[in-house]
Amino acid sequence: MTKRKQSAAEALECVKSGDTILVGGFGLIGAPLTLIDELTQKDVDGLTIVSNNLGESGKGLGILLNQGKIKKGIGSYFTSNRDVGDKYQAGEIELELLPQGTLAESIRAGGAGLGGYYTTTGAGTDLAKGKEEREIDGVTYVLEKAIRGDVALIRAHKADTLGNLVYYKTARNFNPLMATAAKTVIVEVDEIVEPGELNPEEVVTPHLFVDAIIEAKQVLTKEGVVTV
Amino acid sequence: MTTMTKQELQHMIAQRVAKELQGPMSVNLGIGIPTLVAEYMEDDDIYLHTENGLLGVTDVEEEDIDPNLVNAGKLPVGEAVGAAYFNSSESFAMIRGGHVDAAILGALQVDERGVIANWAVPGKNIMGVGGAMDLLVGAKKVYVTMTHTSKDGSPKLLKECTYPITSTRSVDMIFTELAVFEVTENKQLRLVELMPGAIIEEVREKTEAAFIE
Repeated sequence: MTKRKQSAAEALECVKSGDTILVGGFGLIGAPLTLIDELTQKDVDGLTIVSNNLGESGKGLGILLNQGKIKKGIGSYFTSNRDVGDKYQAGEIELELLPQGTLAESIRAGGAGLGGYYTTTGAGTDLAKGKEEREIDGVTYVLEKAIRGDVALIRAHKADTLGNLVYYKTARNFNPLMATAAKTVIVEVDEIVEPGELNPEEVVTPHLFVDAIIEAKQVLTKEGVVTV
Repeated sequence: MTTMTKQELQHMIAQRVAKELQGPMSVNLGIGIPTLVAEYMEDDDIYLHTENGLLGVTDVEEEDIDPNLVNAGKLPVGEAVGAAYFNSSESFAMIRGGHVDAAILGALQVDERGVIANWAVPGKNIMGVGGAMDLLVGAKKVYVTMTHTSKDGSPKLLKECTYPITSTRSVDMIFTELAVFEVTENKQLRLVELMPGAIIEEVREKTEAAFIE
């Protein structure tokens, strides 16, 4: 069996309007730039995007934002793209801001079959408004719900054709979590190898989480995003 | 004091905070003055944690820059000997779970109990929080670095924060270009020392919060 797809377009066939899409990356680092680029060319809208940032101005998810395809953004740091503020001000996008650790843990919980969890982060602050607060052993916690997506778009370094994944440096970030938390998980990688070529001890995402794999055509270099 | 540039003041603050760090320990550095602290750490047994997934941050030469190796400020960094990578949820498990020994953060305001505001300004869209709230609740020690007053000269050490607070937890120490404060066990500010060139009258004048001298 191979999960390798010939193109980003083929891999993204399942994406439809109104979907919740988890998108890996910390800014452009570890973002699935090829899949995002394909998404900008697809006729879908009303998307909810779960990602730490909504790209940078005119780059990555920033393109999708400017196309008006994003209905709602869930993330921790929208400040990195000034266009997000403008869209929000104009009432063109909903935003849900979460502390970064809560964003990560909510996705982890979603992938692990949990409904939610209690965290100390944010307790007593504006970000806890409207959320249940509960005292456990004398400490105040906030109830945070799990996050799941219809689709996850992931960036890894290498995959075998079964879908085992290894990552590269700080491009790992949210990717292994998102790979567990969506109905369909699509990955782009620098290199696709045969089963047996990855060391089982070093596999970070086991293949049962992964549905489709493509080779990255848009990559982040010192000079910025380039097509390879 | 007036003869120092803003940059020199920032370095002076960073250098002073660095004295508090004695290894072995793990430290998370925020953006701005905290980033400069790395330049002044004298103990080799200090391991820098960055919340985007690396324990063992070090500086990097221009020719060795890797676009996929950055700190939480998205600046290029290097990988120290003995470094480890991990995903975002593990990274914040380290933070919330109390495994990171110290966090050094900037602040917009600090109140007289040591509660800080550093993520949002009223009247503007709230666009980002990042890891600030997690670090506040989880790091064993939290050290704040900031200029003593705002650009318009108004005090940042206040009776009450007027900006949204980051956490109900009090920080441990505050470092400015004029003074070092610690937060006592019963949540009062205590002046620990004056910075070089500072005089107590100036600290009193520029501090709204009550503090023990």
